[in-house]
Amino acid sequence: MNSLLKTSYAKACLTFIFSIILMVTLRNPYYVGVLVFLGIYIIITTGLSLLMGYTGQISLGQAAFFGIGAYTTGILTTKLHMPIILSFPLSFILTVIIAFIVGIPTLRLKGHYLAMATLGLGEIVHIVFNELLSLTGGPSGFGNIPLIKIFGIELDNDFKYYIFVWAIVSFILFLSLNIVHSRIGRALKAIHKGEITASTIGINTARLKLYIFVLGAGYASVAGFLYAHYITFLSPGTFSLRFSILLVTMVAVGGMENIWGAVIGTSVLTVLPEYLRFFKDFDILIYGIILMAIMLTRPEGLYGIKIPLKRTGNNG
Amino acid sequence: MLTVRSLKSYYESICALKAVSLHIEKGEIVTLIGANGSGKSTLLNSIIGLIPRITGTILFEGKEIQGLSSYTIVKLGIALAPEGRQLFSPMSVLDNLILGTYHYYSFKNRQKLNDKIEWIFELFPLLGKRKKQLAGTLSGGEQQMLSISRALMSEPRLLLLDEPSTGLAPKIIENIFRTLTELKEKTNLTIFLVEQNVNLALDICQRGYVIETGQIILSGEKEELMNNKEVLRAYLGKE
Repeated sequence: MNSLLKTSYAKACLTFIFSIILMVTLRNPYYVGVLVFLGIYIIITTGLSLLMGYTGQISLGQAAFFGIGAYTTGILTTKLHMPIILSFPLSFILTVIIAFIVGIPTLRLKGHYLAMATLGLGEIVHIVFNELLSLTGGPSGFGNIPLIKIFGIELDNDFKYYIFVWAIVSFILFLSLNIVHSRIGRALKAIHKGEITASTIGINTARLKLYIFVLGAGYASVAGFLYAHYITFLSPGTFSLRFSILLVTMVAVGGMENIWGAVIGTSVLTVLPEYLRFFKDFDILIYGIILMAIMLTRPEGLYGIKIPLKRTGNNG
Repeated sequence: MLTVRSLKSYYESICALKAVSLHIEKGEIVTLIGANGSGKSTLLNSIIGLIPRITGTILFEGKEIQGLSSYTIVKLGIALAPEGRQLFSPMSVLDNLILGTYHYYSFKNRQKLNDKIEWIFELFPLLGKRKKQLAGTLSGGEQQMLSISRALMSEPRLLLLDEPSTGLAPKIIENIFRTLTELKEKTNLTIFLVEQNVNLALDICQRGYVIETGQIILSGEKEELMNNKEVLRAYLGKE
């Protein structure tokens, strides 16, 4: 029984059950809405955790992949009146192709070239969203993106959408945990520790880094798709560098060594601002102080923290 | 088994190996001795495909391998236990070993993997006792055993060892080298050993090469080298 609970399948199922219990207890549509966003962000940060925490590659372009996923499905369904069942795979494929184009040359290099390349990609995508007026509506964006319909049920309120999003979150976690515990997962950690050594034990490091980068981009695209059909309105502001950095921060705050770190970090940084509204204009200030406190006391991230909070580090 | 012909290796524009030629036959232990900075590690790294700029030919079992990527060369049957061990220190002993099987491991041949691990633990029983421990917490000797074991896990026919004795107590070195000789006798493994500890290296090898500033200056059978005046003077401190 105990070992059964340790399987990724069980963990994913428990996540889903927990999320449903959370929804039933909260009941307030606003809170549920916040948690829909949380689910969408977790999908992105899970991919980023695989890339950053496990493989040691930094991407500052996740917002761009998120945006490409969202805008593609948005444009296809509103301008071309394509059914969602077609727009989803197309937006996913487009993101993956762009990730390949960026990844192939940069991931052959050792060092942080990926961060620079994705930074550039983020800016390019942001500019395209702003300037391609006929398709994207420019800075003011465009709306009327249709809602998702599954088996004849239209996901027209927060609760239905919540269940849909968290089912996908659970599936993504299942997939990622399986990757982490496979031979690929071990190889990713090996690349992080020593890329040259990894290649001398038979790991094709360039290809593996590329695959995991593309996978992360694919996750972000799925998140973008979910975002577009939830908000039904898109504007470039959401997909800026600021958001990419926020995603990296979420993974770092939660703990890079583990997928669950990304989940925790994303949860804290998504839910915290809601609590800080109490402080009105000072919320961003307090948010910053809390972030600093976390990074000072837990530089390795929140994952694995002991409750009650104990000071560590004095015992050498 | 391995033939190197007029190999030149460059770091940027600096020529670190100046037309090195050597050959290793199946089942031999061949050693390469030389001082710091003479190009020993560069030679091993060139063979395993880590040096991007090389000219000349490297033949492994009749196949040209120069210019191939490291992971392809490992698949062909060469493994390197690198200088300074280069373990994946935040990972367990077991995970380090399993990583060595990366290029042939699949869910279907799990049994083979388990057999392989058993076999390693017979060779180095100390590792078996520490299998759950993180590699970074092992002692120096155990780390070296693990580094060699990780290389062996990839089923090499040619094992390259880069200064395995660095920083280890003589007793542990002796233990490791005895295991290696036994292994060679049992499995007909070919070993190319790079060492600074010349006494030790000459002791277990059958043939050897001496390298100086990127050139092979001497080669011969074990006894020839042991009695060579130059070797005695420069490396063994005997006049």
